[in-house]
Amino acid sequence: MNINDKKITPELFRHVGKDIEEMESISRPSITFWKEGWLRIRTDKAAFLALIILTLYVLLAIFAPMLSRYAFDQQDAYAMRQSFSADHWFGTDSLGRDLWVRIWVGARVSLSIGFIAALINSVIGTVLGGFSGYIGGKFDMILMRIIDVIYGIPSMIVNILVMVVLGPGMESLIVAMVITGWAGTCRFSRGEVYRLKEQEFVLAARVLGQSTFMIIVREIIPNIMGLLVTNLTMAIPSAIFREAFLSYIGLGISPPDASWGVLAKEGTALMQVAPHLLYVPAFFIATTVLAFNQLGNGLRDALDPRLRGTD
Amino acid sequence: MRNNVDQKVMLELDDVSQYFQLSRHKILKAVDHVSFKIHEGETVGLVGESGCGKTTTGRSILKLYTPNTGNIYFKGKDVFSFNSEEEKRYRKEAQMIFQNPHASLNPRMTVREIVGTGMKIHDLVKPKEMDAKVEALLRQVGLNKDHMSRFPHEFSGGQKQRIGIARALSVDPDFIVCDEPISALDVSIQAQVLNMLKDLQDTRGLTYLFIAHDLSVVKYISDRIIVMYLGTIVEEATAEELYRNPQHPYTKVLLSSIPVADPKQARKKERLVVKGEVTSPINPPDSCRFAGRCPNAEKRCFEEMPSLCDVSPEHRVACFMIEQYFRP
Repeated sequence: MNINDKKITPELFRHVGKDIEEMESISRPSITFWKEGWLRIRTDKAAFLALIILTLYVLLAIFAPMLSRYAFDQQDAYAMRQSFSADHWFGTDSLGRDLWVRIWVGARVSLSIGFIAALINSVIGTVLGGFSGYIGGKFDMILMRIIDVIYGIPSMIVNILVMVVLGPGMESLIVAMVITGWAGTCRFSRGEVYRLKEQEFVLAARVLGQSTFMIIVREIIPNIMGLLVTNLTMAIPSAIFREAFLSYIGLGISPPDASWGVLAKEGTALMQVAPHLLYVPAFFIATTVLAFNQLGNGLRDALDPRLRGTD
Repeated sequence: MRNNVDQKVMLELDDVSQYFQLSRHKILKAVDHVSFKIHEGETVGLVGESGCGKTTTGRSILKLYTPNTGNIYFKGKDVFSFNSEEEKRYRKEAQMIFQNPHASLNPRMTVREIVGTGMKIHDLVKPKEMDAKVEALLRQVGLNKDHMSRFPHEFSGGQKQRIGIARALSVDPDFIVCDEPISALDVSIQAQVLNMLKDLQDTRGLTYLFIAHDLSVVKYISDRIIVMYLGTIVEEATAEELYRNPQHPYTKVLLSSIPVADPKQARKKERLVVKGEVTSPINPPDSCRFAGRCPNAEKRCFEEMPSLCDVSPEHRVACFMIEQYFRP
């Protein structure tokens, strides 16, 4: 049909008007910050895989030793240095102890040290750093100089010294790591608070008469929460790694108690006869550290408000 | 507007200075010995180019900074010697609207929380009535109740600024510092927000200190205008007087820089251009701050600091070259 055939007359048109309420009706329901973070981390394949692996490790660490018929320190002179088999899934060590059970008992120690040390570091660091950044002045100056000193001494040396003084064990490992570890989080959260406290929404809260405590709790902490969680996730693998290192050089957990570092150390001695004794714990240390780093990367992107709605 | 202004003084700044110590020998004099009064119900415009201390002045009034010299009086009382009860009342009576709508709302709070916080702090409504009160405020600034559960990033700049205004109004203040409330908005939105501020002033009897760098906006809304240059006041007059009869060379330059919509008239208009750069506010000399760029500057201008003197009732200028004709 030719367009000229039909004459366009005003009667063909009708005034529709505009409906203000309709224009402003919500296109999608509002979702909270954590929910949005969860939705976004699910689309990040590497981070989501890392999350699955870590969940699996945690569950196995809790349940695998309970479900196995062997105890972690149960020796068996007839089954020494065996390789993988149906009886002993990861084989046995030089005393005939089941490696599958020892790995998961070791995971309990390694993972808890990682979590606890990182958590204590984060809490101390955030509280001190937050105060330091918000209040400033002399307190801030002194704290920052203390941190400079801590940074100036190689942390590994401090760790080794503390372990020598306190003796082996889980508590002394945590203490050793906290003594040096809080400084990084402290400096980081101080910087964040320093940046936020001059933001106009914080000034607005002050103008409204909000107390300093409530400003920190309601205006500042929610805005650095994402970064803190990310930071915590990144701190866990380094604590696990540090534990493994200290146990490896004989300063951490001592046998028959197991941790991944202890197992790797025992495996090194028999590397030529039974290489699986080294490879298995090394595999778990490597995958755990890698998974935490991937998860931290994913969280950083997922919880960053500036990246909201970009994907 | 001018005739219904009550002559009672709402706010008075007396010799206020705000310095920032940058390093041992570097002092940034953001505000340097500034004095002015704001009467109840009037709108005072504060203009000047970026970095001249307008925002700092506004923030000092709301005690976000502690001035190095001088006093600030609100309804006759020194704001820096308030007891805790007076302090709380001041936080309810004096409010601020911020410059950047994208930075002035907490991204982790819903609109309901943002607008409701002030009412909660000052116990203005019962928790049950909160939603109704927030909704009423949002309606006043042209938003509706569907917006209450949303987060700031879901709004446009103009809408965010409306939320910021609703927050300032939530505690029912008498006095509001508007810190360039429209400079971050599109021109089409600017007029809407400006008219809204004007309407709110009429219905609520508000007093404004309106900080801006756009002279046409300031002329539209202000009763009186104060012109600042590098931390000092150079001229102060009623809006009409200032535009008809500017005295200070800096004011003249500022006024000539207002663009004219009609190109024929624009071509006729004489454009004054200042030479040189803005003097740095770091360790400024104790002389007329504008002297280095002033076309009429004489030797004295580089040696002494001129003080404000009356050239006619309600018109004060700080300039030696003008002062000599008026001094008896």
